[in-house]
Amino acid sequence: MELLVASAVGVLTAAGIYLILRRRTFPVILGLSLLSYAVNVFLFATGRLLVGAPPILNKYEEVAYTDPLPQALVLTAIVISFGMTAVVVMIALGAYLSSKTDDINMDDAAEAGEDA
Amino acid sequence: MNHLLIAPVVLPAVVAPLIAMVTRHHIDLTRIFSLAASVALVILTLVLGVQAMDGSVQVYELGNWKAPFGIVLVLDRLSAMMCILTAILALIINLYAVGTGWDKRGSNFHSLFQFQLMGIQGAFLTGDAFNLFVFFEVLLIASYGLTIHAGGARRFRAGVQYVVYNLLGSSLFLFALGTIYAVTGTLNMADLAVKVAELSPDNTALLRVGAIMLLLVFCIKAALLPLHFWLPASYAEAPAPVAALFAIMTKVGAYAILRFFTLIFGPEVQATTGLAGDWLLPAALFTLAAGAIGVLGARDLGRVIAYGAITSMGTLLIAVSLFTPEAAAAALYYTVHSTFAAALLFLVTDMVVERRGAEVTPKAPMAQNGLIAALFFVGAIALAGMPPISGFIGKLLVMDAARGHEMVWTIWAVILVGSLVTILGLARAGTIIFWKSYDATTEVPETDEDTAEATPTASLPFVATFGLVVGLVLLTVFAGPMSNYATATAEQLFTPSIYIENVLGDTK
Repeated sequence: MELLVASAVGVLTAAGIYLILRRRTFPVILGLSLLSYAVNVFLFATGRLLVGAPPILNKYEEVAYTDPLPQALVLTAIVISFGMTAVVVMIALGAYLSSKTDDINMDDAAEAGEDA
Repeated sequence: MNHLLIAPVVLPAVVAPLIAMVTRHHIDLTRIFSLAASVALVILTLVLGVQAMDGSVQVYELGNWKAPFGIVLVLDRLSAMMCILTAILALIINLYAVGTGWDKRGSNFHSLFQFQLMGIQGAFLTGDAFNLFVFFEVLLIASYGLTIHAGGARRFRAGVQYVVYNLLGSSLFLFALGTIYAVTGTLNMADLAVKVAELSPDNTALLRVGAIMLLLVFCIKAALLPLHFWLPASYAEAPAPVAALFAIMTKVGAYAILRFFTLIFGPEVQATTGLAGDWLLPAALFTLAAGAIGVLGARDLGRVIAYGAITSMGTLLIAVSLFTPEAAAAALYYTVHSTFAAALLFLVTDMVVERRGAEVTPKAPMAQNGLIAALFFVGAIALAGMPPISGFIGKLLVMDAARGHEMVWTIWAVILVGSLVTILGLARAGTIIFWKSYDATTEVPETDEDTAEATPTASLPFVATFGLVVGLVLLTVFAGPMSNYATATAEQLFTPSIYIENVLGDTK
């Protein structure tokens, strides 16, 4: 279980970082999404992994419970990263439509603009 | 509980949607609401400032949940000072945006502006690390909208870079918070301070990783050297009032470093001792050097000023990274000064760009050349730290605070040479733009007609920029009381027990 979650976070992060280092906007946005999935799983695991335990204390008997706080944090993080992805897609679309290229690099854009 | 404490967050949060939904088709109503909200924010933060003046730490428990379990807002001298600074800067910039008509060039300027203020005020007031992340996101998502305000291909592309860089920072912030939560089981700052101090020294590897990741996140915000690449392009391409408002955004990063690495990972905490200072100081020195070289090398006035802002962040972070009360006091004084100076220069740059374009090349003289040149001159000597404006006092305080440090000569040399190079770069840009123009005169009558049409002769932008000049002059004249307040703030900052007891007081 731990190995599975840890390697999932690792693979997602590695793939995300690889994609972020690309020069086109679309892979970069995909990379950011992968990275936000990785961080969500990671946050979820910070409360320790327990399967089938309720996220609440039972005052009548001693049973295992899972930490509810990371779950709340993950919810917040999911909402925020969802909104942020929407914003970055819109801005990237605006940049692509206004400058006819989706290259991340600024200097090339200036040259392309002068050529055109 | 003092409900006034949450007002600086709630006021913009209420006004922003009101502007966006109710008044967006009436530019006059929008302006009235936005300006009124800005004035009210200044008054509110000043009242809070007076309350925090006596050194008390006030705590606001949201939903009346007690400290380690619920989210708290905390008002101490430091947050009060930063809130006042933000509010005053925002009012001036709002006046400028209204006066120049920048707010009409795209949609929703004022509501984004208010949301941004909400995020900044919240970041300064919150006492919870995850809540700090949320307020960072609020201020960032508003700033994404503001950087691409009024559109244009170059601005959009700079905006993409800015957004991607900051989204990366946000992911890193979450990783850091997760790591710290995994070790300590809490995210309340005061509670974190208690838990981190209690941690056994042989079990701190994860905590150190978390602390370094947090430091990286704040350094991205503060534009420290290897992480500063986002700043020049996005500040130079952003609309001028937005760039001027961003002068406070880099300070949010510096504030967070100061807060976290005095309260939680303080100098006397065994687990993370020397973690921040050892890395921050060299990085800050290189930041100052790189900024100064950038000022000298940039070919476009917006970039010259953006690199100038990086030099001021370098100086500020040198003071922060010493982690002594004297240095922190100097850093606080310099924060106020450099915010006003950078904002002033961004606004003056906008006046120049509107009249003759951003390139630093000789062209025909523009309208109101003398007045703008004078404003640029004041801003330049303030940013570079020449007497008689407050930058000189700020740099003097920083250098004085570095006196006991082992690297004192390096620090002094970098600050002094950096100032010299900065003033050279700014003087070069100013000379070419304001003086050489007369030599390069070609078609004076024609350009006069053009500029008369193109440039608004409204006086409001000048009122706003002179407001910043007055701020700098007041900061110089009242340097004594101001540095006394900064010293008191630094003392409060370096006695974290006051903060911790006030936040956790009732539960123990």
